[in-house]
Amino acid sequence: MSQKLKVATTSLAGCFGCHMSLLDIDERLFTLLELVEFDRSPLTDIKHCGPCDVGLVEGGLCNAENVHVLREFRKNCKILVAVGACAVTGGLPAQRNHLSLADCLQEVYVTEISLEHGGIPNDPELPLPLDKVHPLHEVVKVDYFLPGCPPSADTLWKFLTDLLAGRTPTLGPELIRYD
Amino acid sequence: MIHELQSILARHHGDPTHLLQVLREVQDALTWISPESIDYVADELGLPRARVEGVAGFYSFLHSDAPCRYRLLFSDNITDRMLGNQELLTYLCEKLWVERGHRSEDGLVSVDTTSCTGMCDQGPALLVNGWAIPRLSRERLDRIAELILAQTPVERWPRELFAVEDNIRRADILLDNPMQPGDSLRAVLADGREATLEEIRRSNLRGRGGAGFATALKWEACRDAPGDGANTQRYVVCNADEGEPGTFKDRVLLTTQADLLFEGMTVCAYVVGASGGKTRGFLYLRGEYRYLLEPLNEVLARRRAANVLGRDILGHTGFDFDIEIHLGAGAYVCGEESALIESLEGKRGIPRNRPPFPVTHGYLQRPTTVNNVETFCAAALVTAGGAEWYRSVGTAKSAGSKVLSVSGDCARPGIYEYPFGVTVRQVLEDCGADPGNGGTLAVQISGPSGVCIAADEFDRRIAFEDIATAGAFMVFDASRDMFEVARNFAHFFAHESCGFCTPCRVGTAMLRSTMDKIAEGHGTLYDLAEIEKLDRVLNQSAHCGLGHSACNPTLDTMKRFRPTYERRLKSQDFEPAFDLDGALAAARRMTGRDDAGAHLSTEEA
Amino acid sequence: MTDTFLLDGEDVAFAPGQSVLQAALSAGRYIPHLCYHPEFKPHGSCKVCTVKANGRTAASCTLPAQAGLNVESETGEMNDLRRTLVQMLFAEGNHFCPSCEKSGNCALQALGADLGVMTAGFRHFYPDRPVDASHPDFLLDFNRCILCELCVRASCEVDEKCVFALSGRGIDKHLVVNAASGRLADTNIALSDKAATVCPVGVIIQKRVGFSVPIGQRRYDQRPIRAQALDDAPRQAAASGGCAACEGTA
Repeated sequence: MSQKLKVATTSLAGCFGCHMSLLDIDERLFTLLELVEFDRSPLTDIKHCGPCDVGLVEGGLCNAENVHVLREFRKNCKILVAVGACAVTGGLPAQRNHLSLADCLQEVYVTEISLEHGGIPNDPELPLPLDKVHPLHEVVKVDYFLPGCPPSADTLWKFLTDLLAGRTPTLGPELIRYD
Repeated sequence: MIHELQSILARHHGDPTHLLQVLREVQDALTWISPESIDYVADELGLPRARVEGVAGFYSFLHSDAPCRYRLLFSDNITDRMLGNQELLTYLCEKLWVERGHRSEDGLVSVDTTSCTGMCDQGPALLVNGWAIPRLSRERLDRIAELILAQTPVERWPRELFAVEDNIRRADILLDNPMQPGDSLRAVLADGREATLEEIRRSNLRGRGGAGFATALKWEACRDAPGDGANTQRYVVCNADEGEPGTFKDRVLLTTQADLLFEGMTVCAYVVGASGGKTRGFLYLRGEYRYLLEPLNEVLARRRAANVLGRDILGHTGFDFDIEIHLGAGAYVCGEESALIESLEGKRGIPRNRPPFPVTHGYLQRPTTVNNVETFCAAALVTAGGAEWYRSVGTAKSAGSKVLSVSGDCARPGIYEYPFGVTVRQVLEDCGADPGNGGTLAVQISGPSGVCIAADEFDRRIAFEDIATAGAFMVFDASRDMFEVARNFAHFFAHESCGFCTPCRVGTAMLRSTMDKIAEGHGTLYDLAEIEKLDRVLNQSAHCGLGHSACNPTLDTMKRFRPTYERRLKSQDFEPAFDLDGALAAARRMTGRDDAGAHLSTEEA
Repeated sequence: MTDTFLLDGEDVAFAPGQSVLQAALSAGRYIPHLCYHPEFKPHGSCKVCTVKANGRTAASCTLPAQAGLNVESETGEMNDLRRTLVQMLFAEGNHFCPSCEKSGNCALQALGADLGVMTAGFRHFYPDRPVDASHPDFLLDFNRCILCELCVRASCEVDEKCVFALSGRGIDKHLVVNAASGRLADTNIALSDKAATVCPVGVIIQKRVGFSVPIGQRRYDQRPIRAQALDDAPRQAAASGGCAACEGTA
């Protein structure tokens, strides 16, 4: 292999747990770094991604900014991977989907007595929340899904090494977990 | 309340198989099925409460939400839509100050939609507390609104509002038969049971419900089924749950040929009762035809008086047979024979696992013959006129005639009876459609679960060997959008899925939302591929015909009228499953923001 | 001579009255399934056990075994279908495995992993299904219900209590309990009931014993579902297959 594969990663409505799990591949990180070069990622602090081979996206979509970032990834990454329960199903943030967003905002910023100077924040710098939380595949085309909360280090490793070797990634039942 | 419930339960002798009938009457008496009435009915019938609640929750015409004096349900078949039912519904809601789908705050009235009510030849139509009113117009709705606001009980509304026309446009051997009550029965009693079955066999009579199963085979299997031993009770059930959108021929047969139908059922009872056990008959009448119950019961009473029904029929000692009418309550799936039997037993209308089939294990697990209204009528014709005569009508493979329910874009909608083998083009010409010159665009034959054909197939024939049909014949002219036709049918299947099996329960809901997504302008080729995938899954694994055919209208129209789909696809590429900017609307409202960052373009920037 | 049918090219013997799935499991051959339970009469609603028999698809749990039947099960086509059905179930409910006490003991989850399901794929329905925590011993979390009716059948046929039933229709079909209040606390369900333990997913959760077995050491963490299904196979049916109370013949 003459050139390293370019990989970008991000966490949308997620907890960075999937990123932590990636770090959990431990000493295999050295092998990985010989094969890939990271573009936009919390690991590099690059703010926008350029053309990449693989995009790993953690977290679902809960606000407008998540949508913008996901679109940037989809546009730039040849292969887009939904990593973790939230990216695949909406996950924990999606537990608010049966509530009305307006009621939530009202409750948290207005009704809730502990907030003395409440009021719903309306600074244009803040991304607006979507009325429902969505998994990635409801907004862009997703090439691969890695379930798990988080997917284990071994799962991530098997997936990435398959991909890097040009194989279609396959995980046995022992590596597929939804929890 | 208790007094009313007591008299209802007394009328039904506390029989748990009458649960659905009891709940229907509770609904009529109290305008809803209250939690207290569920408790009471459960106690009195000796059933678990949850089982009663489950039945009350299954049928569309039973309402457990709240009392409501006037429940108006607009028939929402595509033919009603083509006749402007949506606009009329909105008009009525505005007159009554109610929101569609919601009860007025005073509990007086609610306005909503229901699946096809079988009035396509005189639509748009609605049901008020279960009673059919056809030919809706603003003028008629004005009168209806006045009656409701004056709180006039429905039984005192002018009869004229409820008048239903027969609209028989072409009659053949069935609709034009000269028979008198007892004609067939005298013939079969003279011939004997075996010879009668043989006559049915030689006539090549096949079921008219759409599947075309040989009638003699079914009767013979029922006759020969061991049941629960010697003298087992056998049942003869007429399926008058004509729910296929666009079909209304049973309505007219039940109105004009009730004697012939009951005669056919009695002939069947005679044949299947050969072993000497008792036979008993049921007519399962769709709830939408509630208004036919009393006239049909009168026919039954007349027949008993004439000794062509009841004990020792026509003096034939030991030939006892009577018929009881059960009403459905708004569930298309009950047209499936095993679901119909479940419903007759007072249960949720869920199609059974088969085998065993109803002919061996039907009503109360006993041998049961279920035939369509038209099949029983035809059987009576065969036994009176003879197999040779009957086979001389129609084609070599499809004996006899077929009654078609013609509606949609044609000058003369109504009932057309033809010998089998008639071309689609002939029917179109007779009903005043325009099959040539780009007039008629498509015909949906046998309803949503049937087939949609375009002009290049108008020379195909109505016959088991070409286009088999239960009778619906909906005509669409060039002004119609076949995508919207298919979308209406997708909504129909999702509404009517019983929910028993995974593929149909989830798949029909997915098909509905995918069609809506395309309609809203968010569809892509991925969505069309997803529909094809749903179709595969439903065909491979759905529990009954409803699921198997749920994607048919969509696939038929995708194949024959693809541009109407492609025109709607915003892009060929992936499109979000929902309106992204719309998903920010609630947050915009709550924050008062409307800056650029408070919006999301649907297309990628 | 024993009658046999062909399952993926190999002979499987069957006893009279057995369905294809029952015969296969008895013979140590696995066909993926979900709503089937060895102690109950086959139900045939989830359709995961669909096979191709003489070229026609049918749910193998309710398909009577017949001599000479040619059954195809472990094919790409059938497993694709099963994956899609499992995906439909995941999309229909709110299956949030990371917070579910049943994780690792859940048949839907185990089946999904075994079939290689990576995502629900479809748009999620996110239905609103409030939980019922009224009972001192149980939590009912309807979000995870797959409508297999095992609790209905167990409560009727084994416990003879009819605590559960189904109401609604189509996508609105849902589980109800046998109480006017709609609360489980007002039923006579008990910890010793069959219905208390039969749920294959995480709807009927026993209180105060949560996570007593850590995640990672649970039922399907030990051995895959396809192996465990075979352990269960020879079990005798405990249920009558019908409910006299619900039939009104009690």
